[in-house]
Amino acid sequence: MTTDIVLNIVLLSFMAITGLAIARLRNLFPVAMLTGLYSLLSASLFTLLDAVDVALTEAAVGAGVTTVLFLATFGLTRAREKPVQRSRTIIGLVVTVLTGAALFYATLDMPHFGERHTPVHDHPLRERYLQTVSEEIDVPNTVTAVLGSYRGYDTLGEVTVILTAGIGVLMLLGVAWRRRPEDDEEQEPPR
Amino acid sequence: MMREHTVLRVITKLIIAPIMIFALYVQFHGDYSPGGGFQAGVVFAAAIILYALIFGLAEARRAVSPNLLRITGALGVLLFAGTGVYAMLKGGNFLDYDFLAHDAIHGQHYGLLLVEFGVGLTVVSTITSIFYVFAGRGRRGTQE
Repeated sequence: MTTDIVLNIVLLSFMAITGLAIARLRNLFPVAMLTGLYSLLSASLFTLLDAVDVALTEAAVGAGVTTVLFLATFGLTRAREKPVQRSRTIIGLVVTVLTGAALFYATLDMPHFGERHTPVHDHPLRERYLQTVSEEIDVPNTVTAVLGSYRGYDTLGEVTVILTAGIGVLMLLGVAWRRRPEDDEEQEPPR
Repeated sequence: MMREHTVLRVITKLIIAPIMIFALYVQFHGDYSPGGGFQAGVVFAAAIILYALIFGLAEARRAVSPNLLRITGALGVLLFAGTGVYAMLKGGNFLDYDFLAHDAIHGQHYGLLLVEFGVGLTVVSTITSIFYVFAGRGRRGTQE
C-alpha cells in the first residue's frame, strides 16, 4: 500500500515536471518526445490503478501512434514554435490558472483516493452486473461483457465514429496526396 | 529509410512479431483478460507503424496495402452491425447475442468474439490509414 502511494507520488511529480518542460520548450521535436514520455508515465499510473486496458491504450496510442503522427506533422509544418507577445502569454496564464482552479474545485466533490464507499462501489447496478454476467454471459472479464453485450449498441456507435474519423482524415489529406501527380501532367514523375 | 541503422533494424525485426502476437492475444483473450478489440487494434497498428518507420513507408505499403485497409476498416463495422442483424434474423433484438446459437450463453460468447473482432479490424485499419496519409504527405513536403 505504501509503496503504491510512493510510486503514485513519484509518477505524478514526473508528469508535472514533464508538463512544465513541455510548456518551456520552443523547439517542437523535443516537445513531441516529451508528450510521448508523458503518455508513458500516465500509462504506468493507470497500471498502478489496475486499469490495465486503459494503460494498454494509452501506451500504444499516446506514447506510440500520437508521437509518430506529431513527427509526421512536423514534416508538413514547421517544427519551431513562433515567439508569442508578452501580453498574450499573460492572457494565456490567466485562462490556464482559472481553468486549473475550476478543475481543482471540482475534485473537492470527488471521493477521496482509495475510499471504500464510493458511488462506483455502492451503486446497486454494480452488484447486478457482477452477478448476472456470470449467469447470462459467463465471461470472466466483466468489462468486455458490459462493453460488448450490455452496451453493444454504444460500442457499435464508437466503432462507427472511429471509421468516420478515419474516412474524414483520408478525404482531407489522402485525396490531395493522390491528385498532385496528375496536376503535374506527367511532366515529372512523383518524387 | 534507415539503411544505416543496423541495430534498430535487427531489433525491430525481432520485436515486431511478438508485438503482433501480443495484439492477437489481447484480441482473442479479451473475454478472460484485460483488453479487447480496441486495445488489440491499436497495438497491432503500432507494430505496422514501427515497421514503416524502420523499413520505410513504401515497404510498409507493399506489406499492408492502403486499399486493403480501406476495405477491412469498413468490413469491421459491417461485421459488428451484421452480427446484430443476424441476431434479428434469428428472432431476437438487434445485437441480442442470445439468439446466435442454440444456447444463450454460447450465443453470447460467439457474439462477443465476432463483435470484438470487428472492433479490432476497424481500429487497425483506421489508425494505419491515418498514419499512411500523414507520413505520405510529410515525405513529399520535406522533398519539395
